[in-house]
Amino acid sequence: MAWTRFTKKKDMPGGLWIKCESCGSMLFRKEFESRHRVCASCGYHFTLPGRERVELTADEGSFVELFADLVAEDRLGFVDKVPYAEKLTQTREKTGEADAMIVGTCTVHGIPCVLGVMNFAFLGGSMGMVVGEKVARAVETALERKIPVILVACSGGARMHEGAISLMQMAKTCATLAKLQAAGGFSISVMTHPTTGGVTASFASVCDLLIAEPGALIGFAGPRVIATTIKKELPKGFQRAEFLLEKGQIDRIVPRDQLRAELAKLMAYATGRDVVAAAQTPPKAEPSPSAPGKDAGKKKKGKRDKAEPGPGDGKRGADGAEA
Amino acid sequence: MSETKSSELQNGLLFERPLLEMEQKIEELRRLAQNTHLDLSGEIKALEARLRSQTAEVYAGLTPWEKVIVARHAERPMTSDYIAMMLDDFTELHGDRLYGDDRAIVTGLAQMGGVRFMLIGHRKGKSVKDRLACNFGCAHPEGYRKALLKMRLAEKLRIPIVTFINTPGAYPGIGAEERGQAGAIATNILAMFGLRVPIISIVIGEGGSGGALGIGIGDRVGILEHAYYSVITPEGCAAILWKAGDKAAEAAAALKLTSADLRKHGLVDDVIEEPLGGAHRDVRGTVERVKARISSWLSELAELPIETLLEQRHHKFRSMGLPAEGVTETAVGVS
Repeated sequence: MAWTRFTKKKDMPGGLWIKCESCGSMLFRKEFESRHRVCASCGYHFTLPGRERVELTADEGSFVELFADLVAEDRLGFVDKVPYAEKLTQTREKTGEADAMIVGTCTVHGIPCVLGVMNFAFLGGSMGMVVGEKVARAVETALERKIPVILVACSGGARMHEGAISLMQMAKTCATLAKLQAAGGFSISVMTHPTTGGVTASFASVCDLLIAEPGALIGFAGPRVIATTIKKELPKGFQRAEFLLEKGQIDRIVPRDQLRAELAKLMAYATGRDVVAAAQTPPKAEPSPSAPGKDAGKKKKGKRDKAEPGPGDGKRGADGAEA
Repeated sequence: MSETKSSELQNGLLFERPLLEMEQKIEELRRLAQNTHLDLSGEIKALEARLRSQTAEVYAGLTPWEKVIVARHAERPMTSDYIAMMLDDFTELHGDRLYGDDRAIVTGLAQMGGVRFMLIGHRKGKSVKDRLACNFGCAHPEGYRKALLKMRLAEKLRIPIVTFINTPGAYPGIGAEERGQAGAIATNILAMFGLRVPIISIVIGEGGSGGALGIGIGDRVGILEHAYYSVITPEGCAAILWKAGDKAAEAAAALKLTSADLRKHGLVDDVIEEPLGGAHRDVRGTVERVKARISSWLSELAELPIETLLEQRHHKFRSMGLPAEGVTETAVGVS
């Protein structure tokens, strides 16, 4: 393609083109975004903004956001170059988001679930009290409504500005996942580029299934910290999704364009639905009705509708999770 | 004595210099009194009193960064000291039965005053050789897996678990990542919420981030007065946020990592006071205080029905750092 020969960003009319971080190809922005930010040339998966991730994952019109009003507080009076309180305000304005996590209920190919998505644009997707609380509530919602929870990680780790409070969010998120697991609930972690630090060392690594996007950097310590510590260059591909798969640390690597179908399939396995049917794109769902299914929680654990609400039959889970 | 002093100075306890000078002066007066048979007891007593008050003053006024330095002091009591001085028996259990025996975490069966428990602790080592063998208290995944294996054994034996936290952090290295450092820590945190025996954790020196929390989910969490517990080392924080490693002191202050700060934010249950001038000045005294705390907590927790214990453990950590609630109650959007 001729346009891949363009190399300098300034040669391009403002914002129409974007350069691939991996192979250097110039990508037409509109096409690039319609491909959910995957490079057409080399397949590199760019970090996906949180809202686009929701759009990519949830059936159209099915996502109902929860807990959007939770806001972080500067409990420590943390100041580095600017006060954390100020940084929060600025970042909220810049991103239009309250914090680095978006949580809601939705359907994926018709299967109701709770979806939690981290937003890297908000202070590097760092986990502080709001992210921790939202993950915890996402898990608790899944437990209450007896539906699966999908957590999409994208984070540099814990939020230093909240000190040990942010550290304890590792404990908080794991506490709720421990409860979910003991109750037989089902959770999927999707680790995307990058997933490191306290997020990897907590909820993102202890879900029932661990999925990664191709090429995603996933690890405990960041590569720079490791290189400085061991005073050696790191091997090629170190801490990438493929490396983790080879080392037995994750279940699957799933390219972004297949992720929704894959999640639907995995949830179908976990909830006794037909897997082949679940993998197929359902006809467009109607905008979701509002009322949360309060009766859902009263249903017996693990038991679903006999009718097996498949993705194509237009019948949503009777557990009302689409609310 | 003088050896200790010079090594303290080497350890960077500059704020101790006036104290050490005074100690030296007292020592000199004693020698002089001995050699000349002069009666200097009045002077010595006065100086000793001044030393005590000045020590108290210096230690009351430690900056967060100075506390970090005290927490890292080479002569500060470590897990091995507690094992040696506090227990009637310690039977070490090695290995994760999967990969290796990580020396950075020691695990074993312990008896203390007729009570039995599983002891899990970061080990830093004292001599240079020891320190290297223990990787300076930075555990690998096999260390966390060993800890979990032994904690599960404790659950089976129905004995409580006592953990000693003293690590700069879990090791950031190639092997650690290959073998799933993050997953090992996360698995421990999750599993500890389900362990059906009481768990007590004491931060005795450095509470370094996830590496500390990996053995830190306690029904009761105590921290020594001059120990610290932090999401990241001050040096690491300075490097990232200030882009300058020499801003560690500023970072230490900003992180609010001292025992008093942690208590204030409800992240620990108790601060254990250290002997005058820090734990390194009185190892035995420190061990005794920690022992007393553990004993009283063990008997307190033994009274609780296990379901209550688990519920309280969950609730404690679930409630840490609750954010502010906005105007609307729950759903934004369709509702």
